[in-house]
Amino acid sequence: MSKYQRVAYYPGCALEGTGHAYNQSTKVVGKALGLELDEVKNWNCCGAMEVKNIDPKVQTYLSSRVMSIAANEMGAEVVMAPCNGCYHNLKKAEHDLAHDAPSREVIERLSKKAGHATYRAGQVETIHALDWIKDGIGEDELKRRVKSSLKGLKVANYYGCMYTRPRHIFPEKDRGPGSESTLKPHFMDDLLAAAGAENVDFPLKTACCGGAHTLSDSDTSTRLVLNILRAAEAAGAEVIATECPTCHSGLEMHQVRAEKALGEKTRVKMLYFTQLLGIALGLSPRRLGIHENVSDGMEALTKFL
Amino acid sequence: MKDELLAQAEAVLEEWVKARGEVPTAETSEGFRLLALHRQGARGVPSFNACRETCREIAYHYNLLREKQDGRTELMMKMLVEHLRLFVRGKLEVEGLGEFCCSSRPLRQGTETTRG
Repeated sequence: MSKYQRVAYYPGCALEGTGHAYNQSTKVVGKALGLELDEVKNWNCCGAMEVKNIDPKVQTYLSSRVMSIAANEMGAEVVMAPCNGCYHNLKKAEHDLAHDAPSREVIERLSKKAGHATYRAGQVETIHALDWIKDGIGEDELKRRVKSSLKGLKVANYYGCMYTRPRHIFPEKDRGPGSESTLKPHFMDDLLAAAGAENVDFPLKTACCGGAHTLSDSDTSTRLVLNILRAAEAAGAEVIATECPTCHSGLEMHQVRAEKALGEKTRVKMLYFTQLLGIALGLSPRRLGIHENVSDGMEALTKFL
Repeated sequence: MKDELLAQAEAVLEEWVKARGEVPTAETSEGFRLLALHRQGARGVPSFNACRETCREIAYHYNLLREKQDGRTELMMKMLVEHLRLFVRGKLEVEGLGEFCCSSRPLRQGTETTRG
């Protein structure tokens, strides 16, 4: 049995809000594949961007608390975070605790003050939802379980910039065949290909969507997203598959804003990769939360229902 | 067209380097000045690496076009250069107001406020 068959699940704040459909589709797809999730008890924010900008060591502490609960209170060996921001922050905390003595001292002090066991680097392995399905079930088994192949659906896979960057916090990537690539990530491509989809060649798969500009400089965000959407369309995609709630909301919201503010209409639809896998596994769009998406992907999916 | 697009991408990075008070490098990395300029521009600013893969894709598309002229590849290279331009423009605009979420520097660098 794969060590990813049952993992501690850290949904993070976004999956309880704008990324609710990602949360729902991750859970039902996991269940359909026989993969189990054990939600981290009493989890907290990973420190996201707000805390990190003010004091990165507090972000390291917040992420370490999540991993401490998983390791020391739940006995978990693996924590799965489907949000790129959470995944990135937990990996960054892991790296800092392994390599930076001042970080270890601060975490020790804050953990004692908060009254929980201090997390030690290496106690858990943090993975993304893509790793969970790719290594937990594999493409061959996934293919075997497909009930409604996504054959003919042209997909641009968008990973965003935090899934693979900075490279040094992802020591397991770039390890040759079978491992994920930081330059040209392919795990989502692999899974959707196994589900029958046709992945288009999409050179902006890790390009910045301007997520952090959304409030300070909305126009730049809108133009960055518009360029991503146009490139996906030029590559022939009907759908952009996403694996991060922030990227997903950004693409959806700025698609609407581009039309309203700039008069630039694009037709490509955004769907979480878990929603696409769910359709291939024969799950209903309702159970996958597709009705919650701003971008109406049903037109592209009707032929597979 | 490919040479013009590559020159445009280099000009974008030159603007970033100059805005930081440095002289844009004339060196190349892996055969591309663009990649050397990116390396120079990212020095001390880890968040600038958010456009690293975009620069590498521009170089890759340039190589593809050197092998074979193709309208689709040219269009993609054009969109990549546009993305680089938008990204750097955004970075220039927010510089001084804060950093990107990813790989951010603390706003109060040197005076961290961690309290136990």
